[in-house]
Amino acid sequence: MNFLSQIVNGLGIGSIYALVALGYSMVYGIVQLINFAHGDIIMVGAYVTYLVLVVGGAPLWLAVIASIAFCALAGVLIERLAYQRLLHKGAPRISLLITAIGVSIFLENLFQLLFTSSAKSMPNLFPGSPVSLGGLKISRVTAITLATSITLMILLQLLVNKTKMGKAMRATSEDTGAAKLMGIGTDRVVAFTFAIGSGLAAVGAILYCSAYPLINPYMGNLLGLKAFVAAVLGGIGSIPGAMFGGFLIGIAESLTKAAGGSQITDAVVFGILILILLFRPEGLFGHNVPEKV
Amino acid sequence: MKNRMSTSHDSPEGQGGKADRIQGQTVQWPQWIRNFLLVLLLYAVFEIPIANKDINRYYSGILIMICINIILTVSLNLVSGFLGQLVLGHAGFMSVGAYTAALFSMNSGLPENAAFPLGLLAGGLVAALFGVIIGIPALRLHGDYLAIITLGFGEIIRVLILAMPFTGGARGLTVKTMISRHPDAFFSWSFGLAALTVFTAYTFIHSRHGRAVIAIREDEIAAEASGINTTYYKLITFVFSAFLAGIAGGLYASHVGALTPVKFDFNYSTEILVMVVLGGMASITGSIISASVLTILPELLRDFSAYRMLVYSIILIIVMLFRPSGLMGEREFSMNRFVGFLRTFFSRSRRKPDSSRGDA
Amino acid sequence: MEKRRMFSAALAALMVALPLGGCSKGNGGGGDTIKIGGLAPLTGNVSVYGVATNNGVQMAVADANAKGGVLGKQIQYIYYDEKGDATEAVNAYNKLVQNDEVVGLVGDVTSVPCIAVAQEAVKDGLPMITATGTAAAITAVGDNIFRACFTDPYQGQTMAEYAAKKLGAKTAAVLYDMSDDYSSGVAEAFEKEAPNAGMTIVEKQAFQHNDVDFKSQLQQILSKKPDVLFLPDYYQDVALIAVQAKQMGIDATMMGGDGWDGVLEKIDKSNISAVNGSYFCSQYSAESKDPAVQKFIKAYKAKYKSDPNMFAVLGYDATNILLESIKKAGTTDSAKVVDAMKNIKFTGLTGEITFDKDRNPVKSAVIMSIKDGAYKFVEYYEK
Repeated sequence: MNFLSQIVNGLGIGSIYALVALGYSMVYGIVQLINFAHGDIIMVGAYVTYLVLVVGGAPLWLAVIASIAFCALAGVLIERLAYQRLLHKGAPRISLLITAIGVSIFLENLFQLLFTSSAKSMPNLFPGSPVSLGGLKISRVTAITLATSITLMILLQLLVNKTKMGKAMRATSEDTGAAKLMGIGTDRVVAFTFAIGSGLAAVGAILYCSAYPLINPYMGNLLGLKAFVAAVLGGIGSIPGAMFGGFLIGIAESLTKAAGGSQITDAVVFGILILILLFRPEGLFGHNVPEKV
Repeated sequence: MKNRMSTSHDSPEGQGGKADRIQGQTVQWPQWIRNFLLVLLLYAVFEIPIANKDINRYYSGILIMICINIILTVSLNLVSGFLGQLVLGHAGFMSVGAYTAALFSMNSGLPENAAFPLGLLAGGLVAALFGVIIGIPALRLHGDYLAIITLGFGEIIRVLILAMPFTGGARGLTVKTMISRHPDAFFSWSFGLAALTVFTAYTFIHSRHGRAVIAIREDEIAAEASGINTTYYKLITFVFSAFLAGIAGGLYASHVGALTPVKFDFNYSTEILVMVVLGGMASITGSIISASVLTILPELLRDFSAYRMLVYSIILIIVMLFRPSGLMGEREFSMNRFVGFLRTFFSRSRRKPDSSRGDA
Repeated sequence: MEKRRMFSAALAALMVALPLGGCSKGNGGGGDTIKIGGLAPLTGNVSVYGVATNNGVQMAVADANAKGGVLGKQIQYIYYDEKGDATEAVNAYNKLVQNDEVVGLVGDVTSVPCIAVAQEAVKDGLPMITATGTAAAITAVGDNIFRACFTDPYQGQTMAEYAAKKLGAKTAAVLYDMSDDYSSGVAEAFEKEAPNAGMTIVEKQAFQHNDVDFKSQLQQILSKKPDVLFLPDYYQDVALIAVQAKQMGIDATMMGGDGWDGVLEKIDKSNISAVNGSYFCSQYSAESKDPAVQKFIKAYKAKYKSDPNMFAVLGYDATNILLESIKKAGTTDSAKVVDAMKNIKFTGLTGEITFDKDRNPVKSAVIMSIKDGAYKFVEYYEK
């Protein structure tokens, strides 16, 4: 029983990692950039939710919409202001990475100045008793988190595979130059990808706050990093991969802590990353793309 | 000016031919002596007032920190600027060196005069060892993945230090070394090591090995195809960089007096990276300048310290967007050019405009 | 060759030397004010503690000046923000002593910077008193280092004894932050004292700074069914842990150290029942009948628009200890002030204080509990 509870715990946090990993995965698939700032978009989403919900006193659904909209906008803005110029120039990857780090630090410090580093508490978003599932008690928050994440991921798969925009996204990620030649407005596709990724992060933020109702300007840091590990584990660029990776990382964390190794949980997560990168860099669901000279 | 073929001892081929010249620079031994004396003069400019207590501990502390930062920046520049591999866990090597040096100095039973430098050396060596352990798997990857994996290793090092009982864990390690009570001796060590770092880095880069490293940065596959053992060069650069960071860590340990693993986190690695980027990736001069400036500036702008990281991040983004090569780009300071520039500058004001003296 | 970078080094350092070259010794000391130095993290992760402590210090200085100052001179308080970083703290300390020529230091706030600063202060023999640094190692650095708060080990031992003797607990579990010096220190002391008090530690779990999910650890603790759950953590972690523990159905009595101060502000009203019935020890109680305490609370609130917390109160007391010592010594000479401080008998907002041979204060702990979503004073307890 204990073991199953730990697994369910893992799935709970894992599904949040999965939602965030999707954003990393999609962006990397399209522009080959590890968007360091992605984790901080979660933080932005959390604060927007806080502002609307606690300071504004508005209902939850309004906070959700506001958060998603704001984050999507922020994502596109970041792409336009910080990354686009370098992407067009074909700048070396190191420059892109450093810029991304700069954006991340900027967001963290901006919000620290605005809101101080003192954590703000969020109200209980999904009050209610635990849900029973076949004799297993799952907290309401975990159940909602799982359900929401899975639904969103299914929707995203449909978007990418069955819509015209999705086709454009796939084409751009496969070969940007060719896509442009085929008449696809790659800039718009990239903006759209960032928007979707950031919007998903906003949802992830709300689910996160429902489980861990304290927010601070640095909350996105580690969360983003672990979500990135999840994305790599699942295969960067693959949506089911991100989902799977997220769940796996969540469960790995949960079991490590249960086994008494809470001090090395982070090390375990990074250890997984290292192992994957060494032995199967394309991840579980990704495909290996050989580099042509 | 006499023209002599370069017989610089940094070129393993010895009396090599034109290939030994970098950027058309020739060398004569009088200049070598002149440089050495000027560096000595610089050292004296600071050391004498420190020894006489005319420079107080606050300022000497800043000078020592500048030297430490120079070592850190130059070492990171070697691997991220010259080799072109972004490393995000540099603070991890520094922390390994710091703890090793501190623990060694305090527990070796040797007299302080021997324990301190040996401690530094031990710190560098252990950091280098970590460099080997981490480098061998990590350097197989490229670009983004390498960056993330070094970040991961940096975090793992931090966790390890937290978990080890002899490091004091979260409670921190009190570093009781006598050297910090003698600012003059401490400054001597710091300055000496910083100068040595700059010297070895420069020598390395301007040697056959350095050229191989730059070639790898420009196009790894072509370099490999040309017969350069890329794995070997990547590894030794990485390990050398780690060694230097370890030494810087050892100096830092005695300077601050208390160590905690929390300090050596991703943020600190990023601060070092900012120094490298601003100064110019692949410019040692740039690294020295930016390390100095970025050590002093926060002290001068104490009142604005709340905005410091915010401003750093904006600068980082702007530099990357508009001048990714940083302040000095890939140029190094050249005394010849500087003197030539001065000559031109002063002569222009005296001569007629149709003088055909070009700039050096 | 070398010359280029040798010269680059020369040039760069000369650029640096020029502004520094204008450094002379600080403006002559003495005169008509007594300068007191302060260090605190006013920005950064732990700024909330630093700001509060610094507020308390400033109030103490203002109050003392209103009463005519010390030794007939007004007190000038010079303080710097060390951003929660040991390196900055050392720099700022040196600036205070070498440039500003302060005669005493109230600071630092968090433990590791305290140790670093203490190492420097020992070189000067300057009287240094930290209001809030609780790591045992701080005062061990030197003869001139004092503290106004009780230590981590003291809290851990006190709470272990209280749990066993006053609450009748037979078993306890501990959940602590292993990446934090304070939390680890208190947890360790608790664990060591428990068997002496007749209590068994049935489960010990740890988490790391920035962790937010404690369900795995709490699951292990739940299975052992302890009487007491000891949480020697800072209030924001306690806020999260308590809510999760309640959700999982843990009904052990929760206890903690002085890091709990402020926990109620971090829990939303809807979750507040999670901490009802818990006990923690604090350095002072806002419900104290002492008129000086009430006066302080009123004045603080008027000036800073919020209730003072333990840090502010400690800052106030620490400053007054320093000022009293200067008064008693009759001079600002470091050695004499240190001597006076060692033998002082001081009554402040946190009670009666004398110093033991390690320059830690001998005073009783305040046991607080939380009932119906509010802090409640229980009693003074001395181990």
